[in-house]
Amino acid sequence: MTRLAYYPGCTLKTNAKNFEDSAIATAEKLGIELVEPERWNCCGTVHSLSTDDVMHHLAPIRNLLRMEELSNAGEVDSKQVVTLCAMCYNTLKRSNMVFNEDSDRKKKIQDNMYKEDIQYSGNIEVLHYLEVLREMGWDKVKESVVKPLNGLKVAPYYGCLLLRPRGIGIDDTDNPTIMEDMLEALGAEAVKFAYSQKCCGSYNTVHMKEVVADLAYKILKQAEESGADMLITACPLCEYNLGPRQSEVEKKYPVFKTIPVVYFTQLMALAFGLDEEATVFTGNKPDPRPLLRDKGLLEE
Amino acid sequence: MSYPKSKLVLRMGPKNKYFKDRVTELSGENVDLCFQCGACSSGCPMTQEMDYLPSKIIRMVQLGLEEALESKTIWVCTTCFNCEVSCPRGIDIANVMEALRQLVLRKKYNRVSLDDLSPEELRDLPQIAIVSNQRKLTA
Ligand code: SF4
Ligand code: SF4
Ligand code: SF4
Ligand code: SF4
Repeated sequence: MTRLAYYPGCTLKTNAKNFEDSAIATAEKLGIELVEPERWNCCGTVHSLSTDDVMHHLAPIRNLLRMEELSNAGEVDSKQVVTLCAMCYNTLKRSNMVFNEDSDRKKKIQDNMYKEDIQYSGNIEVLHYLEVLREMGWDKVKESVVKPLNGLKVAPYYGCLLLRPRGIGIDDTDNPTIMEDMLEALGAEAVKFAYSQKCCGSYNTVHMKEVVADLAYKILKQAEESGADMLITACPLCEYNLGPRQSEVEKKYPVFKTIPVVYFTQLMALAFGLDEEATVFTGNKPDPRPLLRDKGLLEE
Repeated sequence: MSYPKSKLVLRMGPKNKYFKDRVTELSGENVDLCFQCGACSSGCPMTQEMDYLPSKIIRMVQLGLEEALESKTIWVCTTCFNCEVSCPRGIDIANVMEALRQLVLRKKYNRVSLDDLSPEELRDLPQIAIVSNQRKLTA
């Protein structure tokens, strides 16, 4: 087992528990133990864009410090941290860059990092789980597949923060293939669709859910018209806006047909032949199980 | 043969200049690079909710027009960075939107309030939605 530091983020412990459970189980199957530090804090979700902001970098950098402690204590095998949530990934990665590239702000962040035993060195590398899989090799992922997802047409929804801004994304910003490659390794058919990188409306879901419903409708309809049976995502906010928010889409667009949206790790767990505790399809809205049963991928 | 260096020369009042300088400083972006091609606006997912297109907001900042702070645009922007990857002049428009929001938020303004949500809505919404919403839209 390779031991890799893991930053869950708060939503992975609640609404997106199915994301975490499926990821931990699939990692284990691939010989990776995801090691969560004893304590961590919310990363703040959004990267602070203003040039004079120091305060909001403290939370992400403090998390990276926790990972450095794990590494110093010999509890993990590398100076890396893996995230699942696309927004955590983006926030940790960008704060790390600010820390390493802006000496003035680095100094201020250090000066404000109270009650810590050590100073953060800047040397932790922030990765997304998909990058870990790509690094390992899709052939290796394929070796763990016992139930290929043959006949399942899946549209990968990248959203924004896995790919943007330039220089931060986990793959080519204009023409990403990482999710498609993963789907192919699982035996599924990847469906390219025009809106796979179009924003779902993000945090506007809190006070402008009708607008999010408009965006979700466009994205989901496009995926469906391109031949997809379902969509996958790597972000709990995308999942919420495209999944549970379909009830709002239905209210606004009577012609709309619901379509399942799951985390990519759930499909991995299914293809790896893992049990219900690892796939946790009970946590998704709309329920993806009828479709998966139809396709002969789940028992009745 | 040598050509004179092109430089955008604008005559601006001190108020306009102050505003433009503040936005430049906070965003770290040079809006004078913008040549109004409109690429940022054409890919923006939120234009149907905006009063001014993103390219127009950039133009307003170029001219030092403080009205940009009163636009609905800066509040519906989702920080999706689609404009950033589209701009042929390398301007990160999302950073400019943020600077404009910050100038308003730092006067203790709250665009949204969780008090407007029903208990059911509050229970159903994931933390990631609430935390990011509050971070972006409240002081
Ligand atoms: S981005 Fe999300 S899930 Fe990630 S820690 Fe921050 S708020 Fe929580
Ligand atoms: S698609 Fe939506 S939630 Fe996902 S990263 Fe973009 S704005 Fe965020
Ligand atoms: S970051 Fe804002 S302005 Fe730019 S494309 Fe996205 S929503 Fe539009
Ligand atoms: S894409 Fe860039 S250059 Fe074109 S209008 Fe927008 S900001 Fe200006």
